[in-house]
Amino acid sequence: MEQDIAGTIMFDGVQAQKGYALNRMCFSFNSAANRAAFLADEDGYCRKFGLNTEQCAAVKSRDVLRMIETGGNVYYLAKLAGIFGLNVQDIGAQQTGTTVDEFKAKLAGAGR
Amino acid sequence: MARIIGGVATTHVPSIGKAIAEKKQNDPYWKPFFRGFDYVHYWLAREKPDVAVVFYNDHGLNFFLDKLPTFAVGAANEYRNEDEGWGIPVSRAIAGDPALSWHLINALVADEFDITMCQDMLVDHAVTIPMALMWPGEKWPVKIVPISINTVQHPLPSLARCLKLGRSIGRAIESYPHDLRVMIVGTGGLSHQLDGKRAGFINKEFDQFCMDKLVGEPETLARYSIHDWVEEAGAQGVEFLNWMAMRGALTGNVSEVHRNYHIPISNTAAATVVLENHEIPQRRAA
Repeated sequence: MEQDIAGTIMFDGVQAQKGYALNRMCFSFNSAANRAAFLADEDGYCRKFGLNTEQCAAVKSRDVLRMIETGGNVYYLAKLAGIFGLNVQDIGAQQTGTTVDEFKAKLAGAGR
Repeated sequence: MARIIGGVATTHVPSIGKAIAEKKQNDPYWKPFFRGFDYVHYWLAREKPDVAVVFYNDHGLNFFLDKLPTFAVGAANEYRNEDEGWGIPVSRAIAGDPALSWHLINALVADEFDITMCQDMLVDHAVTIPMALMWPGEKWPVKIVPISINTVQHPLPSLARCLKLGRSIGRAIESYPHDLRVMIVGTGGLSHQLDGKRAGFINKEFDQFCMDKLVGEPETLARYSIHDWVEEAGAQGVEFLNWMAMRGALTGNVSEVHRNYHIPISNTAAATVVLENHEIPQRRAA
């Protein structure tokens, strides 16, 4: 049996099934009209795509770790994060419990 | 006969698209990455490829998780880009070469690669950004055959399988009875992880090892499991599958003529390499 990799949830069949509705909603955000519809009524939009209670709460609180635990895939979640004006450094900082500046400094530090 | 001139591998981070649109190539943050393309431009101007076979991974533009092929080969006259949802400008379309696509498709299936065939296929930033980096001008002087590899939903194809896929493509190109100069492109990577508490993971030592081995000993890399690759290169570092397929398609004597490596671009260790492919003389004669 392979050891889990700390801080990493493999997006496998288990996660893909759990997160299907959430990822399908995020896939819809390729369309500007859908992004606007989401912003106009977030809860209604989440319900329309059949997100469960936990996923709705994670979206409402912008909690990326929770979205990933409930089956979100980061490539799809990035489309959602974009609606809130968050880039991958912002969500990286949020997931690692640091400030965005600290997160950027960590990235830069990896090059030294 | 068609000839494989070499390969280019490059990072395809979406924010590069924004930097190009905002003309930030000479900003201190971006310059160490963009200047790595000066040699690529020189090499492309000298080598004048007619076609690029592009190995990439789709991030949820053409494919969704409802039907996700492990390997998909484009067979369209034209490949369009569309809104990807994260605010990068929509790219111009890219011309296809359906005759070459079908030749590759026929050869791959005969070689027991049961690929998905796509006569209508959107291509995302993982194709359009490398194109814009390689040819920053008004026109893209090559046609493409895009080949998508699943790097999103596990189980992913193994590194060994992607190397073999590339080799099969390389043999197919060499058997194509038209005088075309073909380049191979592999996009994505190198080490990075966007998701989870391990977000921001970068592994410079492993990246250097990968680029070193890629040239002459890709089999060493092909022995890694996907699980171990995620551990060494991060969850999205598995985009290296595209690099492996690119390397596989270089069937001759391979040499690295250019390498640029810079940390970070966005959350990623950014890398650009140019590999030349020199025909092994006795093979043609035999």
